Amino acid sequence: MARAEVEDIEVELFARALQLRHGYDFSSYAPASFKRRVLNLAANAGCRTVIELTDRLLREDALVPQVIAGLSVPVSEMFRNPSAFRTLRDEVLPVLASYPLINIWQAGCAFGQEVYSLAILLEEAGLYDRSQIFATDISDAALVRAQEGIFPIRDARGYSDNYLAAGGRGSLSDYYHARYDFMKLDERLKRNVTFANHNLVCDGVFCEAHLILCRNVLIYFTNALQDRTLCLFRDSLVRNGFLCLGNRENIDFASAASAFTAVNARDRVYRRTGGAAS
Amino acid sequence: MGCSAGGMSALRTVLSGLRKGLPLPLVVVCHTGSDDITTFCELIDTSSTLPVREARERQPALPGVVHVAPAGYHLLVERDGTFSLSVDERVAFSRPAIDVLFESAASAYATGLVGVVMTGANNDGASGLAAIRAHGGIAIVQDPLDAYASAMPQAALDLAGADHCVPLDAIAPLLNRLCQQ
Repeated sequence: MARAEVEDIEVELFARALQLRHGYDFSSYAPASFKRRVLNLAANAGCRTVIELTDRLLREDALVPQVIAGLSVPVSEMFRNPSAFRTLRDEVLPVLASYPLINIWQAGCAFGQEVYSLAILLEEAGLYDRSQIFATDISDAALVRAQEGIFPIRDARGYSDNYLAAGGRGSLSDYYHARYDFMKLDERLKRNVTFANHNLVCDGVFCEAHLILCRNVLIYFTNALQDRTLCLFRDSLVRNGFLCLGNRENIDFASAASAFTAVNARDRVYRRTGGAAS
Repeated sequence: MGCSAGGMSALRTVLSGLRKGLPLPLVVVCHTGSDDITTFCELIDTSSTLPVREARERQPALPGVVHVAPAGYHLLVERDGTFSLSVDERVAFSRPAIDVLFESAASAYATGLVGVVMTGANNDGASGLAAIRAHGGIAIVQDPLDAYASAMPQAALDLAGADHCVPLDAIAPLLNRLCQQ
């Protein structure tokens, strides 16, 4: 039997073990990137094969957080894709300003770079004090990191360039303290942020949001799961609420896309203009 | 197909020599260093016999079309022939990485696949090409002596070897011939 087929079987068995033993359903994740992550997980855990990793997963509950963290690898940067933040600032925030209280859901917060970017954007628009931000992720390990708000100082320059390209009013350094090899985002940036565990595969609506950000998470989902998630977003948004996706995401195949109208197609910013719920 | 330094020029040469109506999809990763490959695609398209488009997630890889990986994302091919994206760590300091594309394509297409590594300054693509060969696909490497930047094709030859190691001008005729079989 060719090598690839054996690997694919091993990955499938791993996913089944994860579901049967620990209740996590990754069956609707896009297979190619899921397979890469599983192979990397096995290698990083010192396992010669995925079967070995599966064996450990079945017998060591303590491995689960590391597995979930490895399957939702959070590569991000502050103000990633600055033009999207510029669009948020120029086209979305002025509309949100008309609400007395603003609820924002950031789905898939990873290590928090995007949440802190959003907080800064809101502060500079004078909207932070009436905003509640819900930052969710499937990985508890990521949530802990996000809450800390600490990043390597070597990333500061890139983040700062992004911040300025996004139309930042001051200097990114106004918002963090540098210490040794790290930059720590100001505590005040998270005073209205709630970090919580939420799994887009199986969890439901938990708030009524005026803006949902979910950038480069749906890319890891099959068409069916992407559609389910868009339905969840539709049901979580107020009428005319905004959704912001990653800049190369494609919702053409999702029937739930009919509930959304593009505000800025290039930056993947939409408004919920139709569909069920409220 | 994968390339980096000198890649735009190499691609223009290869794509201008391809037979119209080639019955296979072409998928390209080129390290361009830019945030948006729209202009890159347009520049390549002007000298290409086949239409050149940015690859979109969830879309199928179409025969007779050249699909180029978007900036900032890894491009993968699923078993059903559709594209998917990832923002995982850089591979060989690159995102999009040739290795990521080639490895996923090797799993998806196995023996029905041709991998081409051309001019470039790092070793991205070497392991990917090895994966293509391991799955029974065909490997073409641009002769390093003929390449604007030899590191990439040399690394591919060293790690993966090649079924064909040829100068740039010979790549298109070779692809035309292989696609007929």
